[in-house]
Amino acid sequence: MSVHKPPFQALIDDHSADVLRFLRASVGSNDAEDCYQETFISALRAYPRLRDASNLRAWLLTIAGRKAIDHHRGRARRAVPVEHVPEQAVNDAGPRDDFLWEAVRALPPKQRAAVVCRFANDLAYAEIGTVLECSEEAARRNVFEGLRALRANSSTLDAEVIR
Amino acid sequence: MTHEEMDIESALRSRAISGDEVAAAARRLARRAEAEGLVDVAYSDVDTPVGNLVVASTRRGLVRVSFGPEPRDRVLEELAEDVSPRMIESPGRLDDVRRQLDDYFEGRRNEFDLTLDWQLSRGFSRRVLEQTYRIPFGEVSTYREMAAAAGSPRGARAAGNALGGNPIPIVVPCHRVLHSGGGIGGYGGGLDRKRFLLRLEGAMKS
Repeated sequence: MSVHKPPFQALIDDHSADVLRFLRASVGSNDAEDCYQETFISALRAYPRLRDASNLRAWLLTIAGRKAIDHHRGRARRAVPVEHVPEQAVNDAGPRDDFLWEAVRALPPKQRAAVVCRFANDLAYAEIGTVLECSEEAARRNVFEGLRALRANSSTLDAEVIR
Repeated sequence: MTHEEMDIESALRSRAISGDEVAAAARRLARRAEAEGLVDVAYSDVDTPVGNLVVASTRRGLVRVSFGPEPRDRVLEELAEDVSPRMIESPGRLDDVRRQLDDYFEGRRNEFDLTLDWQLSRGFSRRVLEQTYRIPFGEVSTYREMAAAAGSPRGARAAGNALGGNPIPIVVPCHRVLHSGGGIGGYGGGLDRKRFLLRLEGAMKS
């Protein structure tokens, strides 16, 4: 039995903003676009074989989450320890945002994806569960554990992050 | 909830993304999908004197032209179901089709030089449409003649149905097929369009 699937262009039109928002929060502005391309190209390859088309946004965010994990692994592999960190212009919104989102990116993958889905994408816990391929309860726990870690972190960043 | 918790959450929420950035990323994606050979159906809109047409091509050729009466979204959904859901809006791949349609409507072209993908028609319908494709510009034929040419001399009514379901109107000129008695017959896009096309081709007096 074949599943009713909209033209792939409809997925691009309807969900590009959500996928980009998710990836900016997950990997930062500089690499979000590359991960966005990888996400949709993978999705396009797999689309004819997709069996459950009931929540295409969650499906795309699941793929985006995997691309974000690949990206973080790749960066960890490429990272070379240096004595002095060169000063770099930061391209994100404000300094406060940067610290906070850097802290989000440092969370374990599941917590990171959960926090990003909740706050960057404004998803309900049930849909976050679909994205993370876990239960609604587990999704809720991941969001709260992520927030707790961020709060613990924020006491060290206190001055800059939380005014 | 403490003040500090609210602050973290509101800071997390305050991220805007502009429509232009999204559109630019989507355009690059369409080009890359095309370059990697992942687009089974490319489609575009073409503005013409008979209204907005949706035109779609597979790798084999032009597969669909539609000016209604079905809504545009329905046409695209049917293509996704009948051909492939790997569909991307890609005006570039339809440039040649658009140019030839422009030329036709401006009187600079009498014949289309396009490769067609006939996969949406089968059996008798397909044979009727292939015969229809051979009716020259400026001439007309009848449902009965098309039925006979397709191998079924008494199938005029079935030929009419086949032409009514023509997936590639204008290019496969079903507007050139009339009633044997001299009546204009029917047209999927409406009789006004049929008359317009016949006048454009000089097959009908204004």
